[in-house]
Amino acid sequence: MAGHSAQLDAKTLWGGKESPFQTSYGKLMMWFFLVSDALTFSGLLIAYGFTRHDALDSWPIGEETFNSMPFLGHGYPLLYVALMTFILIVSSVTMVLAVEAGHRMDRKGVTKWMIATIIGGFFFLGSQAWEWSHFIHGSEFGKIELADGSVAIVKGHFGELESFQVIEAGKKHKVGAVIKEDLMHQFQHAAEKGHLEDGKIHLADGSVAKINKAADHDMKLIIKKDGNTYKVGGKEITGKEAEKLYYEALYAGEENRVIYGANMKQNEYGPQQYAQFFFFITGFHGFHVFSGVIINIIILLGVLSGTYHKRGHYEMVEKTGLYWHFVDLVWVFVFTFFYLL
Amino acid sequence: MERDDLIEYSLHGHHDEATGKSIRQKIYKVTLLLTVITVIEVFIGASIKQSSDWWTTVKVIFILLTLLKAGYIVMVFMHLGDERRYLRNVILIPYFIFVLYLIFIALYEGTAVGAAWDKMFP
Repeated sequence: MAGHSAQLDAKTLWGGKESPFQTSYGKLMMWFFLVSDALTFSGLLIAYGFTRHDALDSWPIGEETFNSMPFLGHGYPLLYVALMTFILIVSSVTMVLAVEAGHRMDRKGVTKWMIATIIGGFFFLGSQAWEWSHFIHGSEFGKIELADGSVAIVKGHFGELESFQVIEAGKKHKVGAVIKEDLMHQFQHAAEKGHLEDGKIHLADGSVAKINKAADHDMKLIIKKDGNTYKVGGKEITGKEAEKLYYEALYAGEENRVIYGANMKQNEYGPQQYAQFFFFITGFHGFHVFSGVIINIIILLGVLSGTYHKRGHYEMVEKTGLYWHFVDLVWVFVFTFFYLL
Repeated sequence: MERDDLIEYSLHGHHDEATGKSIRQKIYKVTLLLTVITVIEVFIGASIKQSSDWWTTVKVIFILLTLLKAGYIVMVFMHLGDERRYLRNVILIPYFIFVLYLIFIALYEGTAVGAAWDKMFP
């Protein structure tokens, strides 16, 4: 056959004049790519479901983990993620409006809606950056191993650290000196290393200081791993009892009793795989959003220079639009399976 | 080689202002619907705890609402609903075959793994 192919012209090779799909090659290929990409995301979310199914009760709950808003603090379960979802839906709408304007050969309309879409995309990326940063840095309380061996996450309002008053001199600080800077960072570092004891902190230079701290409010412990006394799903531990248990453990002077935030090895929210799935799924989606924004910018440049107008149709906008809607579609599923369930 | 007998399908998308207006109205309606569904989801998620007896029902509601949202995005925003039936089938049928199989195998294996864990660490 190979020897004959030189004599065949395109007409003989492709006898059918009409495509059964009545659509252009580019659009069809974009759809095929989206199907394969959708399968990738399905695989990731199903793997997440599988892992979660194994872990059951110790798995973190979305509304417990994601309850913060920029500038407002804690106590807003899922609102921020809902806002992100809304931003992405709106930018999907502006994209479909750009496609519609393209079908009317309305170049100004396409430009306007493409710019709106790109701005929406940047807003979403910024929101995700904030969410990641918040997830990595964690809460002020962290996750703590109580005296009976159970592990609890802590909710409530952390009383502000006011100062450290040095009572034993070290290399840098003299007795009686009052430290007022970088308190939270030093406090959490000392807590992880087990350098907190009976309301005192061992600082990095070898000095010992008394901790002056405002009272906590509404503290609540949620058990995530069974101990001798406290069990997962048992009665809620609140108020004075919670404070006593928490500070007993925090001031025990033992290493690794408390974990703040998240990294690839451990996290304060739940099993190790939880943070890994968070980073991978939202990261992979964020990468799609990022590349979507870049592609949108490139297409916008094409619109501005009149390339598509000269071509007689704005199908390139439609194709990049398909990709952009797909990114929104994936987020709808991530929102449900990662945050809501 | 230029082909003059091929149909330029890219040009089929063109429509006039009147059609555009009705399309835009449909887009706005779907936007409102998607927003309302998201608000309902967040409201349910924030008000019903996972320890509640209703949680299984809530889970099913969440999944149904998500599929509804996804359906509107794919059929209206990605206008797969306006494409030819063959194209729709070529995209949706293979996808659903694979994903349903994947969900089935994950649940089946997941139950087995869970049982094995229980046996090892009772």
